Amino acid sequence: MLTTEQPESRGRTRFILKKMLGSLLTLVFVLVFNFVLFRIVQSDPIGSLFRGRNVPAAKIADLRTAFGLDESLWVQFWAYVRQTFQLNFGISYQSRQPVWNEIVSAIPATVALVGISAVLSALIGTVGGVIAAWRRNTWKDHAITSGTMVFYSMPDFWLGMILLVGFAVVLGWFPVGGMTDAGTSATGVALLLDRIHHIFLPALTLTLAYLGEYALVTRSSLLDVMGEDYLTVARAKGLRDVVVRNKHAVPNALLPVVTLTAINFGFVLSGAIAVEAVFSWPGLGKATADAIRGPDLPMLQGLFLLFSAAVIFFNLLADIAYAWLDPRVEGA
Amino acid sequence: MSWPVLSVKDLTITYNSSAGLVPAVRGVSFDLAVGESLGLAGESGCGKSTLANSLLRLLPEGTVTSGEVTIDGQDLFALSPGGLRAVRWTTGAIVFQGALHALNPVQTAGRQVREPMHVHETVASDDEARVRSRQLFERVGLSANLLEAYPHQLSGGQRQRVLIAMALACDPQLLIADEPTTALDLMVQAQVLALIAELREESSLSLIFITHDLSVLTCVADRLAIMYAGRIVEQGPSMDVFQNATHPYTKALAAAFPTIGDPASRKAPSGLAGDPPTPGALPSGCPFHPRCPLAEDRCRTIEPDLRSSGQGREAACVLI
Repeated sequence: MLTTEQPESRGRTRFILKKMLGSLLTLVFVLVFNFVLFRIVQSDPIGSLFRGRNVPAAKIADLRTAFGLDESLWVQFWAYVRQTFQLNFGISYQSRQPVWNEIVSAIPATVALVGISAVLSALIGTVGGVIAAWRRNTWKDHAITSGTMVFYSMPDFWLGMILLVGFAVVLGWFPVGGMTDAGTSATGVALLLDRIHHIFLPALTLTLAYLGEYALVTRSSLLDVMGEDYLTVARAKGLRDVVVRNKHAVPNALLPVVTLTAINFGFVLSGAIAVEAVFSWPGLGKATADAIRGPDLPMLQGLFLLFSAAVIFFNLLADIAYAWLDPRVEGA
Repeated sequence: MSWPVLSVKDLTITYNSSAGLVPAVRGVSFDLAVGESLGLAGESGCGKSTLANSLLRLLPEGTVTSGEVTIDGQDLFALSPGGLRAVRWTTGAIVFQGALHALNPVQTAGRQVREPMHVHETVASDDEARVRSRQLFERVGLSANLLEAYPHQLSGGQRQRVLIAMALACDPQLLIADEPTTALDLMVQAQVLALIAELREESSLSLIFITHDLSVLTCVADRLAIMYAGRIVEQGPSMDVFQNATHPYTKALAAAFPTIGDPASRKAPSGLAGDPPTPGALPSGCPFHPRCPLAEDRCRTIEPDLRSSGQGREAACVLI
């Protein structure tokens, strides 16, 4: 029972602190797991450097010492933890550059592409889902539900290839890949337009691919809410239909959508491995695809850690958003 | 007792469900004078909640309605969408059942009480709405700090009081209380009934009180109407109907409650065998005949209309 304002906000603070602690523990687990995983897959890291070529045994022994592979697992683990916190993820096998530098240089391209697509698909998908549910069993509902379902069920890289072939190869309206025209010296507005020209097809692919999930989840969530008595009460009060929808139905229906959005944003960094590869988009997804082909294990290890951290962070954000939106989240 | 605040003539409501047409209300007529209170009783499925919701046109789309409803002199079914919204909550307001999800879980109680004042512009400012909502809370016996509470932080009785305060927000002439005491424990039920009785004494509020609990109605209703299978089967002054029922169904309902001061009835409150008929598949003739202890052959074929059964009283039974 509520007596003053305080217990409620205390309950929420406690809830958020608990979730933060949980995220921290998950992060520690991921750190350990990442170490163990790469010790299992990588039986002979030095051997993979030379890809079966003949190399003197003494040279190999030297390299093992140089990489610290002759130390015990515990020493290696300690070095791994220490260096991770120093953002030192080792040297990429392919580019011979520090993994961290490679990752940092690929982040902006991915954040731009997947960020734009995630925001657009969340907005358009949610609005579509609201319209479909509110006008259920009308032509609007059928068009939105079946339209988004088609894109939802397509593999994203396949959709990307179709768009690429159609709009870039056959029609020639858009470039076939990359982030800017090769050798361009454009600056300012011209550079921005060039970027938009390049990002259009991959962003369209990802937006279409994610759209359906939002539309379907929003629709079913709103349909559940639409049977609730408080909507009849809102109508009885003399509210306009659109106010009943936007002020009473949607805020209650959006709770599961908030979780979905946050989880999808967690995949912003890792989200587009296949689509970036299709469009040669120089982001983390393409870096991952290239590293798998190597295999460039230090690069993969760094990428995995980053992807996991992003997912954990956005899940925490989802919990905090939930506590803010739903007053019933207290000591839960 | 002059101009009726509400007049219902031959109201018929048919739901359009996937299973076909389901008649929920079949030709109901009554008048409600200013300040009068009508109790509507019957088992679940008899159409009483459908009737309540139809009085503000809150039934789902596709529901077929015929007949006439005049509310405060206006033809309800002829109102434009804007005109309908203007009638809702200012002329007639509904007290919904608080045990159900009648309150929006993500808004504070106070915000939901203030909302209709803003919509109908019965207050000039938000400050005025806050003052009024504090007064309303005080009126229904709630502490003002509960205005900031969310529904899940309130008890069942408190939620019911919030719903009453909310219904009073725009000073309606007619209050429709749809099972407001169902699912409350007995003490709280008595408090809520006392509150409604007080509200009526203070103003010229007209009341329609819907319940399946006949004994509740004798405290709040001037007149009683008993519904069975979508029709009114008996109506009259409430004490007369309760103590001296003429329709066999009303007799059975009244006998289901022990009478205080009559030890014999307390030992043997009698029930009524069988279930109420499904609205989609009503029996022929009088829909009560399969459960009626006095049923005759003609009851299988004749569905009697209401006929006079004493002073100010009517019942629909061939035996009267």
